[in-house]
Amino acid sequence: MADLLLAVRNLLRNRRRSLSTLVALAIGLASILLFRGFQTNLGATMLTAVVRAGGHLQIQHRDYFLFGGGNPGAYGIPGYQDLVQAIRSDAVLSPMVQVATPMMRFGGLAGNFEAGISRTVIGTGYVAEDVSLMRQWNEYAIPVLRPKFPLEGTAQDSAIVGVGVARVLQLCAPLRIADCPVPEQAAPQAPQGKTKALPDDIADLAMTENAAQQAQAKTGARLELLSSSSRGAPNVAALNVVAAEDQVFKELDEVAVLVHLGHAQRLVFGRSPPQATAVMVLLPRTRDLEAATQRLQQIVDGLPGGKALAVRSFVELNPFYAQSEQLFDFIFGFIFVLIGGIVLFTVNNTMNTAVVERTVEIGTLRAIGLRQSGIRRLFLLEGFMLGCAGAATGIVMAVLLGQAVNLSGMTWLPPGSSERLPLQLRVLGDAGIVAGTALGLIAIATLSAWWPAWRAAQLKIVEALRHA
Amino acid sequence: MSTEPAAILSGVVKSYQMDAVEVPVLRGIDLLIRPGQFTVLLGPSGSGKTTLLNLVGCVDRADAGDMVVAGQRIDALSDDALADFRAANIGFIFQNFNLIPVLTAFENVEYPLILAGMAIERRRKRVTRLLEAVGLADRGNNLPGQLSGGQRQRVAIARALARRPKLVIADEPTANLDSRTGEAVLHLMRRMQDRYKISFLFSSHDRSLMKAADDLVSLKDGVIQSIRRKAVDAPADSAYDSTTPGQPGDHG
Repeated sequence: MADLLLAVRNLLRNRRRSLSTLVALAIGLASILLFRGFQTNLGATMLTAVVRAGGHLQIQHRDYFLFGGGNPGAYGIPGYQDLVQAIRSDAVLSPMVQVATPMMRFGGLAGNFEAGISRTVIGTGYVAEDVSLMRQWNEYAIPVLRPKFPLEGTAQDSAIVGVGVARVLQLCAPLRIADCPVPEQAAPQAPQGKTKALPDDIADLAMTENAAQQAQAKTGARLELLSSSSRGAPNVAALNVVAAEDQVFKELDEVAVLVHLGHAQRLVFGRSPPQATAVMVLLPRTRDLEAATQRLQQIVDGLPGGKALAVRSFVELNPFYAQSEQLFDFIFGFIFVLIGGIVLFTVNNTMNTAVVERTVEIGTLRAIGLRQSGIRRLFLLEGFMLGCAGAATGIVMAVLLGQAVNLSGMTWLPPGSSERLPLQLRVLGDAGIVAGTALGLIAIATLSAWWPAWRAAQLKIVEALRHA
Repeated sequence: MSTEPAAILSGVVKSYQMDAVEVPVLRGIDLLIRPGQFTVLLGPSGSGKTTLLNLVGCVDRADAGDMVVAGQRIDALSDDALADFRAANIGFIFQNFNLIPVLTAFENVEYPLILAGMAIERRRKRVTRLLEAVGLADRGNNLPGQLSGGQRQRVAIARALARRPKLVIADEPTANLDSRTGEAVLHLMRRMQDRYKISFLFSSHDRSLMKAADDLVSLKDGVIQSIRRKAVDAPADSAYDSTTPGQPGDHG
């Protein structure tokens, strides 16, 4: 108690110096917390983007992730309907699940035969209503919601393409895409007066497979999608492109074709039993991920053929997300070390000055019976208290500055997003990190006082008493 | 009152290193400090008074010789044991008062008692009594900076007496005071010494203070020139028994 009293009074004795040290500590901590607030928000934004696109978990054939990208027939899930049903009806898992929906990915060739252009694409079949639900997932209150999935409520032959696909296949005009450049040397158009732009053999295939849809086909942006069936034969679907959506990454934007699941399955599996390449599972709360994974694994293992399946999390499925998190963690650590170093030298300098100024006092305290450990304790306590006061001030400063930024209306374009979002700093987003960072800085401040404290305790009493 | 000598020094030698030169300060001191007496060390600057006080006060160690303070051989005590020993047995009054500037007069006197772990009620009663005894009962809440030199030294006296030590070391306690205040402080110390029956070892180069002393030890160039001891129970102005450099057993 006497130590505490002395420490407080000594800190208040030279208010200006204590205040400048405290402000340095507070600014250091506030900087770290503001960066962490930015990082937390970025993480939440990226997590939201990847979860909206693919769910928290996916059940796939165990080799699909590495080998099955272009071969849905070999690496599909034949009884996926049973799996989806099992997930939805499981008493333990279903309360943790918001959406369980199949999807199918396949490779193909998309062509705008009227323009005489084609390119390789990656097609994905979705249950549109489920994807719409997934797009509304917003656990972290990201201020911009994605619009409804444009495939929802459309005919089975409808498709969405990436803006890059629309640009390459010259579908910008019918899709009314702004800022969509047209190449100076456009691909040759089909000769005038020729009513059928498709080559005869492919047109026949498309007509056979999609007779009903062809009958209802509308004019506008149309696309012919060629793929190989599960038996290796070519198959074609004529698609009515209802929208183009920016897929953020250019490489993906130039290959993405999104269709209805049933349509994709007919294209690949024909009249054979349909399969899915994955079942996506969306959880309302990300914190349930581990429990949901364990239960899902049990359900999968209990299904016929379940041993061939694997449960993969969004972290595993999106290496970019994990790498970004690691990168920002590294930057955070680097900033912490940098600011921690500054704090260390600032507090150390303050305490060293205090030792010099209070040399006679140290000698007096030692003479009247305070042990060396008592002197050490006194200065360490002062460092600790400076750290505590700096940490408390820093947290308040960070919260206020964070609020100011959040209310300023600034926007930014986060990675993994096609639209600018309001800049949000989630300073108190992760209480554990805030507490850990503050405690870390308090520990550094205390540690900074260790050397001056040790030096003070080692002073010879008679020399300290003689100090002018 | 204890009859045990306050301190016994035998063949005590101390020197300091000044750059490459070793400067002898005390050259074989033999001295017995009587219990319950007001002993004054007299001598000019550089005679070794402060060094001798530091050794008896256990804030420094002798290079050679034997020392027993308050019945305890101190040569072999560890630093912590020596700190505990000082806290329990020795009070200090410094020339520059050396009060803790951030503590009030009351807290300065209380601090040694806190170190001793004394219960709060008992400790506060004792501090109040001590401040009353030194005439500062109404100044307890003042910081040292708000007190005059004489008042500060009175607080220092109260602090030195707080744990009822066996020996109080006072290094030129009146040197920074005007003559009138110095006399008053000296008178107070004498009164306290009488009241609490504590041994005082007091250094000064002012020969006018001789009359206050029970025992007078004259030092010059690190050697005891003479020891004059007043007969026990003799009046203050009576003659001293004079001896030349004393043997440890020579306590008059």
